[in-house]
Amino acid sequence: MKKVLLTLVVALSALFMAQPASAAAAAEEGEGFNPKEIIFHHLGDVYGWEVPFSHSHRIPLPIIARDCSGSWHVFSSSRVTDGGVYEGLYIAKEGEYANKLVGDNAEGEQYRPLDLSITKDVAALLIAALVVLLMVMSIVRWYKKHDMKAPRRWTASFEFLVEFIYLGVIRPTMGSKAPKYAPYLLTAFFFIFVMNLLGLMVIFPGGANLTGNVAITLVLALCTFFITNLRGNKHYWKEIFWPDVPIWLKCPLPIMQAIEVFGMFTKPAALCVRLFANMMGGHMIVIVLTLLIFIFASFGPVVTGGITAFSVLFSLFMLLLDTLVSFIQAYVFTMLSTLFISMAVCDPHESHHSEE
Amino acid sequence: MELFTPEIGLVFWMFVTFVLLVGILAKFAWPAVIGMLEKRADLIDKGVVYAQNAKEQLDNAKAEAAKYVAEAQKRQAEILREADKMKTQIIEEAKAAASVEAKKVMDAANLAIEQSRKASELQLRQEVSAYALDIAEKVIRKNLADDAAQTSLVNKLLNEVENKN
Repeated sequence: MKKVLLTLVVALSALFMAQPASAAAAAEEGEGFNPKEIIFHHLGDVYGWEVPFSHSHRIPLPIIARDCSGSWHVFSSSRVTDGGVYEGLYIAKEGEYANKLVGDNAEGEQYRPLDLSITKDVAALLIAALVVLLMVMSIVRWYKKHDMKAPRRWTASFEFLVEFIYLGVIRPTMGSKAPKYAPYLLTAFFFIFVMNLLGLMVIFPGGANLTGNVAITLVLALCTFFITNLRGNKHYWKEIFWPDVPIWLKCPLPIMQAIEVFGMFTKPAALCVRLFANMMGGHMIVIVLTLLIFIFASFGPVVTGGITAFSVLFSLFMLLLDTLVSFIQAYVFTMLSTLFISMAVCDPHESHHSEE
Repeated sequence: MELFTPEIGLVFWMFVTFVLLVGILAKFAWPAVIGMLEKRADLIDKGVVYAQNAKEQLDNAKAEAAKYVAEAQKRQAEILREADKMKTQIIEEAKAAASVEAKKVMDAANLAIEQSRKASELQLRQEVSAYALDIAEKVIRKNLADDAAQTSLVNKLLNEVENKN
């Protein structure tokens, strides 16, 4: 418990310490203090990983990009993050591609190369994958050592999560099909959960707003979409193209079919947006609460003091709430994916039996 | 805004990472973990059934044991009672045998006594008659000349004495 508190305090103080630097820098520019820019800078992706307490130092990460002539460039992000130009590539300061790696083509126009760089988000992604791998493998390793004995300590909590999702959601919903789709669903759950929690940590191994980035949730939702539609059985397709509704709803004008086909796409879209919006919202609220201090800084010490206490308390509350939301959103994504997949692959009679 | 428009690089890496992660875990981890969860659940279920059976059997065994104890106690009481009966019977029998034996001894003794009494009586009679004759001889020698008359007279007297007895 002490460790957790300490981690929280360190994380919070790091967040608060990091803010003044940027705010002070912004304040020096006079009118340049732009809360919106700061918020999206913190939510967005960057080249290199910021070190706490300093905006000028970053952990360099590799940049991998293919320019318009088709040749690949691989170099350290430290070559361009300070405004430098390397091999014709540089980071745009403003415009359509602000804060992104760009190059100038033959006509001197700015263009975006094919950018497969290991950015902060990609690095965090790999760390999250590694954490999931270690978590799950620790359970397997325990089984190899202790056979059927129940795990202890951390391993027990990981196993509890597996049990919670598999025995609580996947098996009751899918019945005999559960072992086939469980690997995808369980991996999705653990990956989302770990990404959510790492996103809440402010300093190095965490801090990337991963699940609050639509690219991440889009890939996850697309996986569910493809599994649902590639594995769908004849019941699933019949429900879409010839549902059990009065004939006039489907025959001359395909009203129901249109609705069902639309539904095929809205389901994963809802999955994608739900996770993305929840996590991004959580991050945004914490940052906005912190920024309140600097927005009210010009109102005098009393107001600033009051606002500081208020914002610290509410940030703490929001971070704790986000920890809960991290779990809930991972759970909801897994549960809905299970539901969508089971509706497509399970025989309605068989699944009915399994529920009994 | 970049948050709302997916960045191709991030999509690419996310896809690669996620597919690899699913692949690795699906091959090396999840089947083992799920299998073990199911196996352990089965084992626990079996354990519960086994314990229930064992408890039932134990209860049965207890009842059976109580039954055996009660039966044994009944048998014990019966045996004791029988032994008691046998004891009295043996004593009775012994007593009867003893009394018969005693009677036999007594009878034999009585017979012997009677015989010896008769013999001694006869002897006494002879002796007494001899004494009497002797005395009478001595007394009557002077008075009686005829011995035979005297003897018959004495015998007569002696018979009278005996009859009186």
